[in-house]
Amino acid sequence: MPINKEPDFGTPASTATGHVSLEIDGFKVTVPAGTSILRAAASIGIDIPKLCATDSLEPFGSCRLCLVQIEGGRGMPASCTTPVAEGQKVTTQNPRLAEVRRGVMELYISDHPLDCLTCSANGDCELQDMAGAVGLRQVRYNPVATHLAAVKDESNPYFTFDPSKCIVCSRCVRACEETQGTFALTMDGRGFDSKVSPSQNQAFMDSECVSCGACVQACPTATLMEKSVIDHGTPEHSIVTTCAYCGVGCSFRAEMKGEQVIRMVPAKDGKANHGHSCVKGRFAFGYATHKDRITQPMIRASIKDPWKEVSWEQAINHAASELKRIQAKYGKDAIGGITSSRCTNEETYLVQKLVRAGFGSNNVDTCARVCHSPTGYGLKQTFGESSGTQDFDSVMQADVILVIGANPTDGHPVFGSQMKRRLRQGAQLIVVDPREIDLVKNSPHVKADYHLKLRPGTNVALINALGHVVVAENLLDEAFVNGRCDTASFNKWKTFIADPRHAPESTEAITGVPAALIRAAAKCYATAGNGAIYYGLGVTEHSQGSTMVIGIANLAMATGNLGRIGVGVNPLRGQNNVQGSCDMGSFPHEFPGYRHVSDPETRQLFESAWQAPLSGEPGLRIPNMFEAALDGSFMGLYCEGEDIAQSDPDIKHVHAALRAMECVIVQDLFLNETAKFAHVFLPGSSFLEKDGTFTNAERRISPVRKVMKPLAGYQDWEVTQLLSHAMGYPMDYSHPSQIMDEIARLTPTFAGVSYEKIDRLGSIQWPCNDDSPEGTPVMHTQAFMRDNGKGLFMLTEYVASHEKITPMFPLILTTGRILSQYNVGAQTRRTANVAWHGEDRLEIHPHDAEDRGIKNDDWVGIKSRAGETVLRALITDRMQPGVVYTTFHFPESGANVITTDNSDWATNCPEYKVTAVQVTKVSQHSQWQEDYLAFSEQQLELLEQGLTHG
Amino acid sequence: MHIERLIKMANDISDFFNAETDKDVAAEGVKNHILMAWEPRMRTAIITYHRENGGEGLTDLAKAAIAQLK
Repeated sequence: MPINKEPDFGTPASTATGHVSLEIDGFKVTVPAGTSILRAAASIGIDIPKLCATDSLEPFGSCRLCLVQIEGGRGMPASCTTPVAEGQKVTTQNPRLAEVRRGVMELYISDHPLDCLTCSANGDCELQDMAGAVGLRQVRYNPVATHLAAVKDESNPYFTFDPSKCIVCSRCVRACEETQGTFALTMDGRGFDSKVSPSQNQAFMDSECVSCGACVQACPTATLMEKSVIDHGTPEHSIVTTCAYCGVGCSFRAEMKGEQVIRMVPAKDGKANHGHSCVKGRFAFGYATHKDRITQPMIRASIKDPWKEVSWEQAINHAASELKRIQAKYGKDAIGGITSSRCTNEETYLVQKLVRAGFGSNNVDTCARVCHSPTGYGLKQTFGESSGTQDFDSVMQADVILVIGANPTDGHPVFGSQMKRRLRQGAQLIVVDPREIDLVKNSPHVKADYHLKLRPGTNVALINALGHVVVAENLLDEAFVNGRCDTASFNKWKTFIADPRHAPESTEAITGVPAALIRAAAKCYATAGNGAIYYGLGVTEHSQGSTMVIGIANLAMATGNLGRIGVGVNPLRGQNNVQGSCDMGSFPHEFPGYRHVSDPETRQLFESAWQAPLSGEPGLRIPNMFEAALDGSFMGLYCEGEDIAQSDPDIKHVHAALRAMECVIVQDLFLNETAKFAHVFLPGSSFLEKDGTFTNAERRISPVRKVMKPLAGYQDWEVTQLLSHAMGYPMDYSHPSQIMDEIARLTPTFAGVSYEKIDRLGSIQWPCNDDSPEGTPVMHTQAFMRDNGKGLFMLTEYVASHEKITPMFPLILTTGRILSQYNVGAQTRRTANVAWHGEDRLEIHPHDAEDRGIKNDDWVGIKSRAGETVLRALITDRMQPGVVYTTFHFPESGANVITTDNSDWATNCPEYKVTAVQVTKVSQHSQWQEDYLAFSEQQLELLEQGLTHG
Repeated sequence: MHIERLIKMANDISDFFNAETDKDVAAEGVKNHILMAWEPRMRTAIITYHRENGGEGLTDLAKAAIAQLK
């Protein structure tokens, strides 16, 4: 589509329900009460000149350009800050207004470089537009003092700040406050000396700026400008698509020149992000065309051999022949597939179909195994559906927000900004986290009312204590429980949870959280009005991950915080398509729509549709595949988009399993860590090179649209189709929309979904069917999705982790994510985001550091029962004594060398969050790191040989 | 399959269902979970181990559940 800018109504829409009628330039208009005159005029196509106003920000009234006259009124009020009134008669254009506006513009332009023809914003500059709109023809002033010599700040890798072009409209400052909530920008000085200041007059990169791009988006001139636009010029067309990073699933306009992405601009009508973005989605897309991309298929007999470039036909035939050979030798169950949450819905659907119908087993799994599989289990058991209950916008009606084991400002930054907006409006905040995340007290104008700083591994004891207080202090919502929940299970739970062993005074010794704090937090959650729970991997990645999810569900049901806007249980999914890949039947025991493979009716449905016999037995999960590989009974793997050799726990065990397999087929953008153990490499396509859909954390199915040709010639779903055909199970799709049509035919919750509807509505939240033809923002409003419609309470006994601290391993290591990097880092490490985070660090409390003679930046060895690695230390009182923390974005960090094989009892989700370790000051890499670097270097040489001589 | 790992998995499952006061119901829960989640070669391995070794290392609840598996 053409690059047409999205309409700007000048001020945000009013949410009032009453309406007001008025007359603007003789035209009658009726708008919601509270609407600005500026917006009311724009709604009927009357564009009043403006500079400081934009509809993503509250009106400010500083530029004096949007002046109007009102019949019977005095003077010329700013239309952005003046609300409509019944019967008002407004004039937006007359000679007097034109003269004032020209005068205002003349002053602006007298202190602005007249370099429009060579300016990067030429053709995309509101100042330029307004000069034309007011008919400015001369500038009479010759000022002795200007800002034209102000020095440009180019410190940010993605955008520049040129104060010589600044008109001091404060849009950037307000965007940083209102949209992002970081408050990194201020207006320093007064009058002529006024200037935009990052933090304390610092360079952008030295300031608190998080590079979300909101200021760049808001700037009406070239003051804040993307470097890509400066380098390549303005884009000429745009295509709406969905971000490939976290589970927020932001909608973006990919603004293009031909097949080159010039910039990614957050879509204002994106229902997940409302025009906001973060540093990853907004700027870190360069990995898609990084020089490390492999665009030619490759094969080799052994991982000690050089790679050999081959044609697609040769690679696919070789892969299929190897898989068939292995099946002939070891049995049909000796092969399987793994997909990633970075794949589209259609891709994951095809892979599970290939494995079930083409390979003849249910040995298919997805990376949600290692993140949110406990969510799937726990919420399915209690609520009847494996998903969160709300849309993101629901948070704006929450009265108390309970964040458990999640760090939204780093992991889900755009939703984090929305949450902070609600908190600044006055919602209360309870944070349950062993670490002091930014929301606790490091976000401006946001402070947690309660921080329950528990010991890692004690989540269930804590949630039980909260439940105990609700029962013991009679804070139950009995009407909700009686009307909506299973009575027998509730009575059993009530007796269980009322036992004194769950009282906060009893659990204090386990969790480390003072009983009084838990009692106060429980009362707050149960009585403050709308209570909304948001949780992340700090809940799921535990040996009791599923138990904790169930405990959260119990608490929400007991307090009636379900089934309406403003409440709910909301898992914040780590990657863009965690929800979707699970929905698509990527778990080895479930068909699409979370229906167990043993259910004969469901199996018959799929057998009939897929024209193949299907197994009714659950297949191997990812860790089971590794076990079976070492056992000699699982010898071939098709792995699409997932990097198990970096992301899975106890990595030495994973590497041994990969080495034991006879054929590992990796389909990816890069020679990732898993590909270093592979025998076939099939080049993947980035999200910019394919069509499909992603489903975000709020069940929102959003379009992924091809903006450039696949660099390797095929989209990922086409590659799977080729492999399936070669395996003797032909598939015949010509477009992913046909795959979605098949999903809709076979999956009740997707029955009403189609590409046509997604394009028409922008996105759809499942369930989408005859009952909810345009989707379901809030679930369980009338009944839960269990067979009897009743919510199920379950018993959640606290069981201590197998991982114990001892004198040899006295500290607990927990892991997490940082804003600028993403998951295993394969994408973000290949962007300028490394400027913010170029290595993983070990965060350690000052007392623990002092005890060990460790200073900031020292190299420290981290040793667990599973292994040892070395990182540099970051001393911080964000940590509590006895707990250390690291991110896992760099393979050489070896974070998963030290994590153990402990896992969730129900799903085998690894216990990444609890590893007993010792930390000591060291001077060299660990042996594992030395071995890894040598192996990695060898593999890159084998790749180089293949590219040179293939 | 590595039997120590399967024993640990079975015991972890039994730890969850052990909260149930009716131990028959609890054993049924463990059994069903293993049936619904474990791939056949894993089930075969734990059944064989239980039959041949008396389930040494398994919790009583896990033993009771696995004894019901075929």
